[in-house]
Amino acid sequence: MSGQTDMVLVDKKGMRIDGRKADEHRPVHIEAGVLSNADGSAYLEIGKNKVLAAVYGPRECHPRHLQDPTKAIIQCKYNMQAFSVSDRKRPGPDRRSVEISKIIAEALEKVVLTELYPRASIDVYIEILQANAGTRCAGLTAASVALADAGIPMRDIVPAVAAGKADGHVLLDLNKEEDNFGQADVPLAIVPSTDEIVLLQMDGNMTREEFDKAIDLAFGACHEIYEKQKTALKERYAVTKEDEEDE
Amino acid sequence: MQKRNARPAREIVVPGDLLDDSGMDAGNNAYVLNGKVYAGVLGVRNAHNDTVGVIPLGGRYMPVTGDTVIGIIEDIGPSNWLVNINAPYPAPLHVNEVPWKVEFGDTSKYLNVGNVVMLKVLMVDESKKIQVTMKDSGLRRIEGGQLVEMPHSKVSRVIGKSGSMIQMIKNLTDCRMFVGQNGRIWIDGDENAEIAVEAVRIIEREAQSSNLTERVENFIKSRLPEKEENKGEGY
Repeated sequence: MSGQTDMVLVDKKGMRIDGRKADEHRPVHIEAGVLSNADGSAYLEIGKNKVLAAVYGPRECHPRHLQDPTKAIIQCKYNMQAFSVSDRKRPGPDRRSVEISKIIAEALEKVVLTELYPRASIDVYIEILQANAGTRCAGLTAASVALADAGIPMRDIVPAVAAGKADGHVLLDLNKEEDNFGQADVPLAIVPSTDEIVLLQMDGNMTREEFDKAIDLAFGACHEIYEKQKTALKERYAVTKEDEEDE
Repeated sequence: MQKRNARPAREIVVPGDLLDDSGMDAGNNAYVLNGKVYAGVLGVRNAHNDTVGVIPLGGRYMPVTGDTVIGIIEDIGPSNWLVNINAPYPAPLHVNEVPWKVEFGDTSKYLNVGNVVMLKVLMVDESKKIQVTMKDSGLRRIEGGQLVEMPHSKVSRVIGKSGSMIQMIKNLTDCRMFVGQNGRIWIDGDENAEIAVEAVRIIEREAQSSNLTERVENFIKSRLPEKEENKGEGY
């Protein structure tokens, strides 16, 4: 957003600078259970984004005053590595990462069956290893796979993807250039089984029609990413196919 | 605790997967939405009679009344101990629930921080408050031996069908073993204890494969070279 460029982001044939069409998302790769010391984990790449998510819990909630006697709380920490962007990112929490941590925790709260673990806490750690626009969506996508991998009871897995507007075109899953020099960015996360929205933000300006189109694109892509999430989880246990015949 | 009738074809489900839309009831780790049953956790689909549920593949140990577990004393109060049993919550062990007569404030004379005890889960209430007891046959403080930890979902493999696996390991290695439902296993014995530990590690690693008892048996026999005559006298 806001940046100015004479770069042609979408050419006359409707092709984008990285060779995608307007309604195409970047290639996604998800792997579940990559860390052995966390209760659950996932590694995700979408385009040039590289994200690692780890989950601990449910465990005793510290500090004590955050405990909720009716349900578990979800504590999320979104962190960008210093080397994740081309200019070194000053390490430590900042206004942006505190906001992203909060919205991701709230999105996950909607699917995790928190009432099963009163007074407990489920801790989610998201590390951005390499950023190329759309890291909050990538982080949330990875975090929900890590939660499922940790065996935490949940209603569904949350996929997330952004749509936006650049060069006057509505585009799916903006990359760095389209995000920096575009007109709008709309990250969206849904519960696929019910099509409920658990995360929706908008940065920039769009008309109502463009917004509707962006949401449509993002919904479609979310369902595609959801399939990738499920495959990643099932692949982890592919060897389990033979039965445990004695128990 | 798990159902014994896992069907031959194991179907792995992830949270949100549709388990059934023909009007079956939701079993464990499943939920109903608009009359359809969905999976609530990553695991294996388990249907019997007219209920369908999920057997989880992992996750935190959640104590159930009647479980025998191995706990580590974490804190001492004047009339109770706090025990870590690998659950999301601390488990208080009250002085009334130990086999000794403990004077008020004398708790540390009997059990100290770091001690390992065998426990039984007395009760888990709605708000997940746990109570444990040592007042049952065979429950005691553990001294010597070693403690092995593994995911609690795999302890059923260590025990085997009606105890076949653990019986085999005990017989071959001549070790004392106690398996806690919370994934902690205590092994005590002479030089063969190491072999028993390795056998448990194999079970943990290959918990999902078949014919495990046979393979573990072969492994133990291959590691017990001159124990052949010993074995004869055991029978």
